[in-house]
Amino acid sequence: MAVVLALLILVVPEKTLATQLLVFGLFAMSFNILLGYAGLLSFGHSTFFGLGAYGTALVLKWWHPHVLLAITAGVVLAGATALVIGWFCLRRRRVYFSMLTLAFNQMVFFILFQASNVTGGDDGLRGIPLPDFEIPFVASIPIEGIHNPFSFYYFVLIIVLICLLGIERLLSSPFGSVLEAIRESEERARAVGYNTNQILLLAFVFSGLFAGVAGSLYALFFGFIGLETLGWVTAGVVVMMAILGGVGTFVGPFVGAAIYLVLQEYVSKYTDSWQLYAGAIFMACVLFFPQGVWGSVVRMIESRSTGARG
Amino acid sequence: MNTTLIVTQILTGVVGGLVYVLLALGLTLIFGLMRVVNFAHGAFYMLGAYTAVVVVGLTGSFWIALVVVPIVVGAGGLAVERGLIRPLYGRSDYDPLLLTFGLSFVLVELVKVVFGKLGKPFSAPPVLADALVLGSLYFPKYLAFMGLAAIVVVVALWLFLQRTDLGLTIRAGTQDSIMVRALGVDFDRTRAIVFALGIALGGLAGALNAPFAGVNPDMGLQILIFAFVTVVVGGLGSYWGAVAGGLLIGVVYSLTSLFFPQFAQVAVFSLMALVLLVRPTGLLGSGG
Repeated sequence: MAVVLALLILVVPEKTLATQLLVFGLFAMSFNILLGYAGLLSFGHSTFFGLGAYGTALVLKWWHPHVLLAITAGVVLAGATALVIGWFCLRRRRVYFSMLTLAFNQMVFFILFQASNVTGGDDGLRGIPLPDFEIPFVASIPIEGIHNPFSFYYFVLIIVLICLLGIERLLSSPFGSVLEAIRESEERARAVGYNTNQILLLAFVFSGLFAGVAGSLYALFFGFIGLETLGWVTAGVVVMMAILGGVGTFVGPFVGAAIYLVLQEYVSKYTDSWQLYAGAIFMACVLFFPQGVWGSVVRMIESRSTGARG
Repeated sequence: MNTTLIVTQILTGVVGGLVYVLLALGLTLIFGLMRVVNFAHGAFYMLGAYTAVVVVGLTGSFWIALVVVPIVVGAGGLAVERGLIRPLYGRSDYDPLLLTFGLSFVLVELVKVVFGKLGKPFSAPPVLADALVLGSLYFPKYLAFMGLAAIVVVVALWLFLQRTDLGLTIRAGTQDSIMVRALGVDFDRTRAIVFALGIALGGLAGALNAPFAGVNPDMGLQILIFAFVTVVVGGLGSYWGAVAGGLLIGVVYSLTSLFFPQFAQVAVFSLMALVLLVRPTGLLGSGG
């Protein structure tokens, strides 16, 4: 998969699209820890994406530290908020949980909107400086954001791959198994002795942390972020991406993000109302392809192979 | 602080809260019977407002609009239930939520395409355009009308649910839909009616609130969030919980706007967080 991604940069005409794909792919994967594995539909996931972005951006603007430290700052902010918000939202389950994630997302949005002397409010935060990437005593590599898409892409690629590896390890560990058990039947998991609330909260925090990484990278990429990174449209988009790709598979959401971004890129050339088509495609997906594009592909392959055997 | 000002704010808050109540009741009805969280509820609220704009444009009468809007929007609700929600029965309870979420995007964008992004002006009918004067208290006549209309609807709906056969079926279906079916009731028809009714309530709320809150494509989301907060605070599935929740939120928002305007929204969300902390099932809710 890494080879495919590295090659992508050479194949995709818009190099910025490839980097965006990595960022949103990671975002969708983080979201799926909650939906696909824990069975929790979060309608406010952009909270953590946006906080990762703002955290990193503000740290870079004020203190000019090493870029990895800035990313860490954004991620920590996202994770800490996830801990608090998760605790509240997990007081309920299923659809109530979803409504709560949305409500808290709007709360954070409004708070940041009001704090406009810090966040730039409606105008957004501009001029985020992108420092060179320093490996102490060895080299100082300029990463230059969108000015040199090539080096930035590889920088993002490495970070995203590390995160994906982390998510994969997390989900295939015993923790991941318990999470799936909770998804299937929380009562049973509790009966067996697991503290399901704690486990779900932990999953929520991990999900928030990885979303924060994606947000951080987004801020570094664009050099400019607005409040929509935390907004309900972004929250909705990640839901669409994950479901489009398929929440029942590991890599589905990443595929979904790719499909969504590619479609958006090309459809937007012909119409202003991309959201209309996105919504319609999403509705068709929910009605007819609940396993998502990648999920359906995987199912087809699996049924072929069992067919050959049987 | 000026007492008349505070009283005016409280009354305004009550009226505003009644709008949330109407929406929350629609959501509660639909969820109670069908276990569907209608994310598109805000979009139908918006459609109600736009339908009112169109009807007033065609007939010049606000009163005709008030009658036509629930019918038209309710009919739209029937179509949506038939075509989009019915295929999802028996599947996960997230599916209708996701579908209506997609629907809300589609409806909002359609309105932007047809009516433009900026919204339309909509004013109260001339007979209600000025204010009531009680001593030193000025209160816009339209707000008073709106509040009264909403109260009438809330009470009428309650009586409908308590006193009519269809209301009985609905209440029974909320408690045990399998049993109701086993008793021979055409449950599909009941569901369709309830959905249309809930949507019609939402549309009516949109039309009623239009002179006060304005008409624009994005008006649905903000109100939907507050409607969700209302059901969380009041307890989803509780009729009077939705009423209590909506009124509480309306007044909290209104009073905070007076003293600390930047914190009005945060105050509402904080209330929600407090309720979650202390009584997770909502003020009057049970279970869930």
